[in-house]
Amino acid sequence: MKIPMTEYLAIDLDREMWECRCCGHLIQSARENYKKGLLVYDRNPREIHKPLLDTTKYQRSFAPDPAWCALLEYYCPSCGTMVETEYTVPGHPPLHDMEFDIDALRAQWKDRPAPAVREIPDDDERIKQLRHTHAH
Amino acid sequence: MGHTDKQMKDALSADEQALLNTFLDEHSLFYGPDPAIMRDHTIGPRSAIEDELLQGELDPHALNLVRGRLHAALDETYDMVEQMGTAPGAKWGDLVTAVYTATGDLSSISPKGVVVFSGVCHYPLKFIAKYWAKDPTVGLHDGDGFIHNDSRYGNIHNTDQSMIMPVFHEGEVICWVSSTIHEGENGACEPGGMPAAAESKWDEGLKMPPFRIVENYQVRRDLLTFLQNSVRDPKLQYEDVKVKLHACLRLIERIRAVIAEYGKENLIACLRKNIEDVDIEVRRRIREMPDGTVRTHAFIDGTLRENVLIKYNLTVTVKGERMILDVRGSSPEFVNRSINTTVASLKTCIATAYLLYIWPDLPHNMACFSAVEVLSDENSLLDSSFDAPNCMSLIPLFKSFTLPTIALAKFMYSCPTRYTAIYSSHFNQPYTFIYGGVTQHGEVTGNFCADINGNGGGARENRDGEHAVSPCFGYMCDTGEQELIEEELPVLRLVAQHLTKDRVGFGKYRGGLGYEQLITSRDAGFWGFMTGGTGSLHPSAYGLFGGYASPVYTLCKIREVNVFDTLKTDPRSFKFDLVELMNEQAIPGAKYGAYDMGMTFEPVQEGEVYMICQGAGAGYGDVLDRDPNLVIRDLEEDLISHETARALYHVVYDEDSLVLDVEATRAARAAEREARKRRGKPFDQFVAEWVRAEPPEDLPYYGSWDDPTRIYAGQGAGRVVMARGAVTGVMMPNPKDVRIAELEAQLAAATAGRG
Ligand SMILES: [Zn+2]
Repeated sequence: MKIPMTEYLAIDLDREMWECRCCGHLIQSARENYKKGLLVYDRNPREIHKPLLDTTKYQRSFAPDPAWCALLEYYCPSCGTMVETEYTVPGHPPLHDMEFDIDALRAQWKDRPAPAVREIPDDDERIKQLRHTHAH
Repeated sequence: MGHTDKQMKDALSADEQALLNTFLDEHSLFYGPDPAIMRDHTIGPRSAIEDELLQGELDPHALNLVRGRLHAALDETYDMVEQMGTAPGAKWGDLVTAVYTATGDLSSISPKGVVVFSGVCHYPLKFIAKYWAKDPTVGLHDGDGFIHNDSRYGNIHNTDQSMIMPVFHEGEVICWVSSTIHEGENGACEPGGMPAAAESKWDEGLKMPPFRIVENYQVRRDLLTFLQNSVRDPKLQYEDVKVKLHACLRLIERIRAVIAEYGKENLIACLRKNIEDVDIEVRRRIREMPDGTVRTHAFIDGTLRENVLIKYNLTVTVKGERMILDVRGSSPEFVNRSINTTVASLKTCIATAYLLYIWPDLPHNMACFSAVEVLSDENSLLDSSFDAPNCMSLIPLFKSFTLPTIALAKFMYSCPTRYTAIYSSHFNQPYTFIYGGVTQHGEVTGNFCADINGNGGGARENRDGEHAVSPCFGYMCDTGEQELIEEELPVLRLVAQHLTKDRVGFGKYRGGLGYEQLITSRDAGFWGFMTGGTGSLHPSAYGLFGGYASPVYTLCKIREVNVFDTLKTDPRSFKFDLVELMNEQAIPGAKYGAYDMGMTFEPVQEGEVYMICQGAGAGYGDVLDRDPNLVIRDLEEDLISHETARALYHVVYDEDSLVLDVEATRAARAAEREARKRRGKPFDQFVAEWVRAEPPEDLPYYGSWDDPTRIYAGQGAGRVVMARGAVTGVMMPNPKDVRIAELEAQLAAATAGRG
């Protein structure tokens, strides 16, 4: 069974692997840090959050200071999807942000039906449907 | 306990010990905050009558009617305070009314109210019950009302004031009610109630432990006069004490009617069951989550006085129905800066994050967080000592509304049930103008503008964030009526609240944008502004699952000019847009400047322009996954530039007609995915090349690095490392002394050899 853990990552319980939900690439053992199986890029944060004020006139310009802010982008090595971003301090060890107990996860899903698309209570479409139902 | 004490204790008989205890109880030098109350955020045990009622047979129909009546009463009293309150905060919804069980657990709040305010009132309430009720000089009687604002006894910050009243029935306390408003002015060293300049708790203004200001339902005028005499706005202090009292009186009236109709048993059972039902449900929801650990952190880039990097560390562990929030490894406290928070305030804000962004369907009471355990370092930024100033605790507290959202998203994504959509970060800085001075009506005042309530919403897994929707701490607050504000204050808004183009967290779904706020003053006696935000070097609200953060923000000023003269003589030189104004510098003789978002109180002359942006929410998901039609819509709505659409979203279209080229967009995005694969490095190689063993030496860094038990403070030769359990406060030098030393060094270098 494949359990979707984030927008882009699933855990394949049978293979015990992190898997890319976009392309099915097997990233890393589910018992390890998934980031080990991804590509990392040290993005200059000013390329994303560009200076809006004239930097010849002002030191502050709505753009982060690269000495104070690093932006790590994590890509799937197979399809190039940006699986995660990490705002941090230059040189700070990347976080091992998700460490799940795989045995407990398997036990938890043993009696659950396979994961389906989850209904979001405040989804626009669903609210529209509810309103429609009430109107008639 | 010292050796001699121990010998003495051994030598005492039981009678003597009891005598000693009584003596000590009756001769406390000072009733400070009680750690037994302040460090416990869990719901208390059932009282005897609650236990008897809940063990017995309950009438769910009657309980439901009682609950409905209480909600209606809370809604009614919320409206009363909003309509009658004098504080700007009250007029825009920064308030709450609430009802508590007899033992002081928060049972229910007004449906529109700011959750976070009432989540703190049970602390002073429990203090009243434990100390004042039995004290012969105070006692607890029908008609008593207690005022309170010091966060050391339970509050967010001491600009919020509460009225707390017991409700008596047949001679006994049957429940409690409260009403809280963000009042603003409180007599601190800067006007407006949130002094960034406070260097000790004595600079924070009024610091009220709970005390009785109302007897026999009447405000005691001598005590009220003392409070009025201690603040800059005696009218505000007078009126809002009465407004809060009357909201409580109405609540009491409604509760008495409920008792008359349904009996006290149904009231007591309803109040307690509200709490227990939530606690049971929360534990069930935690069990639904996968067992494991999620690590996250945030960096605060200043103290409001200087730029330093401050770590907020958060590790969440779930195991069965246990959830442990570990904030150890965060920065030490700053003993002479105002941004510390008590751990009780911290927990209340995290609990509020649960109610706003994680489980918004739960009834709003403190039981939503009772099951969660919290670990913190004493004397840290997030668990500060009694002496540390905390009047600008909003700086770490606003992070507490969004960091748990990021962490919990990683536990909730796999859960079989969605209680709401997965949410990235709401914007999380208190960006607004705080003001003070003499108004056009000759009245002295100090308070804050409601822009704080216009934070952009975070993106969700299924849609974009909403623009300027609400503060991160509540969802029913408003940004105020500018015309009403201008009637009362010498503050003019020069430009409509237009949205901050390109200043947003990008992603598959983008955050909601903030808006520009350009203000000046006119017809004031004396006037000044301050701002109390961070996030000018390092973004404040991080994205989720590949989404980008909000940008950083800049405080802009146009000084040494009267813009009203400019508007009269040369109106074309005034552009109704912050970026254009700043880049063109078209007003002759004006001094333009761009600064950090934290500014201590600064006097302003008529017509000088101060400009901020309200912050935007963070993004969700990969920018290349954004529906190209949504990118076109953003262009149509002038939310992004062509450069952003092309370089960031990799969308191809005709710039004039905005007609999308679907095929070319697909190709451009495929090319960018390939480019990512070329520029990305394998993780292990990247870590080997990039990671440092310690924080960069020249960075003023506060908090742990990779090991949460080793906490750094400072930079260069002055940097110290503290071990877990031995964290002590940090004293910062006066920024002016630092600047003087820099200038003296420059002067010495320039004049060297010329002696
Ligand atoms: Zn992939």
